[in-house]
Amino acid sequence: MQHKRTIAGIALAAAAIVTLAGCSATSSASTTKDDTNWKTATSAEASGGMDALVKAAKAEGQLNVIALPPSWANYGKIIDGFTKKYGIKINSANPNGSSADEVAAVKSQKGQSTAPDVLDLGNAVLQENLDLLTDYKVANWDDIPTDLKDEDGAWTRDYTGLMSIGYDSSKISDAPKDLQDLLGSEYKGKVSIAGDPTQANQAASAVYLAALENGGSADDITKGVDYFGDLKKAGNFQNVLPTQATVASGETPVVIQWSYNNLAWGPAAGASGNKNWKTVVPEGQALGSYYSQAINKDAPHPAAARLWQEYIASPDVQNLYLQAGAFPSTLAALEKSGKVDQDALDAAGGAPKDYVELTDAQVADAAKVLSAKWSATMGS
Amino acid sequence: MTTASAGAPAPAASAPATSATSGVLPTSARASADAVRRGAAPRVRRRVGLAWLGLTPFAAYVLLFLAVPAVIAVGSGFFTDDGAFTLSNLAAFAEPSVLRAFGGSFGLSAVSAVIGAVIGALVCWALSALRPDGLVRSMIDSAASVLAQFGGVMLAFAFIATIGAQGLVTTWLVSVFHVDLNANGAFLYTVPGLVIPYVYFQVPLMVLTFMPALEGVKTQWGEAAATLGASRATYWRRIALPVLAPAFWGSLLLLFANGFSSFATAAALISQGGIVPLTIRTQLTSETLIGLQNVAGVLAFGMVVVMAVVMGAYSLLQRRAARWQR
Repeated sequence: MQHKRTIAGIALAAAAIVTLAGCSATSSASTTKDDTNWKTATSAEASGGMDALVKAAKAEGQLNVIALPPSWANYGKIIDGFTKKYGIKINSANPNGSSADEVAAVKSQKGQSTAPDVLDLGNAVLQENLDLLTDYKVANWDDIPTDLKDEDGAWTRDYTGLMSIGYDSSKISDAPKDLQDLLGSEYKGKVSIAGDPTQANQAASAVYLAALENGGSADDITKGVDYFGDLKKAGNFQNVLPTQATVASGETPVVIQWSYNNLAWGPAAGASGNKNWKTVVPEGQALGSYYSQAINKDAPHPAAARLWQEYIASPDVQNLYLQAGAFPSTLAALEKSGKVDQDALDAAGGAPKDYVELTDAQVADAAKVLSAKWSATMGS
Repeated sequence: MTTASAGAPAPAASAPATSATSGVLPTSARASADAVRRGAAPRVRRRVGLAWLGLTPFAAYVLLFLAVPAVIAVGSGFFTDDGAFTLSNLAAFAEPSVLRAFGGSFGLSAVSAVIGAVIGALVCWALSALRPDGLVRSMIDSAASVLAQFGGVMLAFAFIATIGAQGLVTTWLVSVFHVDLNANGAFLYTVPGLVIPYVYFQVPLMVLTFMPALEGVKTQWGEAAATLGASRATYWRRIALPVLAPAFWGSLLLLFANGFSSFATAAALISQGGIVPLTIRTQLTSETLIGLQNVAGVLAFGMVVVMAVVMGAYSLLQRRAARWQR
């Protein structure tokens, strides 16, 4: 059956959960030969040092990651680099999944060898699921600013982008300066956002930005919803999910999304990108939002999971984020130590100085507005 | 899904037990069953035992992979995250966004079903004039069987490539006739626009389900009517249409159910909700609205109710329609 029946789909998923929960999985050894229990290790230093961690991770031989699209913030290269550096195989599940999918997988596959080891979560989901995570501090813990990490190491912010407008310069002659420009007739049927804001964090962030730019605020995003209502009334809103493929083919000529995704889908992607794709961070108040790295407390490969955190926080990989236009959390330390990839930083427009990030309480309030107003405003 | 195979031995093991309790078959081996067949055991009762044996794996499969999960999925709507029973999730049916989604689903299914049923019935009528074992008939029959299942991402892509914003047909119409299909934004990516791809799989399904009914209309009836002095129009009005009506309405309901439960085509084409299956997806996977997973169970319950009513009516109509197909 190609066009799936919803009920059957949900049923199958539930069946998988039920039957999978029934069979006891053989999880990988959680202790290594040196008697270090990496499952509870809170730093490499406290548990035999970095060499011991690398050795234990290699012995585990595998790492399960989830919801990391290869074209998102350079994850394709980051994943390949880990395997090349340590010889550890990465099983990448559901690359286009959401943060909620990650949490669902942690819960439903608990105790099995296929459960995700490490997570990359949006804030709203992170705050609801702190009990699934375990504490771990990477070697360069001090490089991460205090407000970008949990004090015990349950999570660390990894990277942020700025909300930006990507556009196909072969179809749009004048570069848009701000979101107001997108209401013009030149943009008829051309503007899309990355999903449904009641579902996807990135799409919701486009609404937050619209609020900031149109007299609303981080406390009240109603004006952002109104803006998209106007965009729809003008016939400019395109109700389709943009992907790297739709950008490359010209199907979605204007996309409001994170700067690192707009940059990644342009000339940087080579043959699979759109060589005319340009990225603009709109004038006015900028908006960012960090994602967070965390370790599943029941990770089937606890040492590899911790090694992944060390790898992610290392200058090389932080620069890989930067090369995709995502600003890594240790950016200030990298600039100070001179390890920053200066060309990449310049290409990304320099370190973001003054941007707004919604607090957890503001995100919760925004969710209420979206829930009440979005589908009424945008429904067809 | 390696566990799928784990379920298989169970029915095989239980099968001999079933036949043993029926008292007809000796315990297990096929050889002894043959012995019974040659012997004096009553024919009808033995058939029943064997039929059960054959049905058991399928029944167990349906139970494990459809019935149990469906009950669990729907049941999740009536519990809180902590596992306490609650009816509070039913409040979702009062939410405007949910009502709009059901409205969208009803509208889309109804319109695509009516268009599909009318076109499909006309195709069947045209086909009925051809020889049943002829080349054209068998080609269209097999094409219908394949195309009725052609949906999801492939179908979505086929339509994006033809009538999407950059589609072949779209650009051709603009360059030759200066007509822009998508003058008011890409039509394909709206809920009304979904009717187009939906009709694509509704028509073949109509051909598959309605053709047997048309074949049941005997040419002798027409001849008999003509002999008694009826005109062609009278024959259609008084005989053929009344005979075909239950089958037509039944097929229409089946098409409605087919459209109502489709998910992947819509998911691949539109990004802002609009129909119930997409709302359920949003609630299950949302990063921004936290804690709606259990409400999804209630929406699934709503869909199950609609499907049960539609399929119940379908089987009633089908029973009436079958009267003339013997």
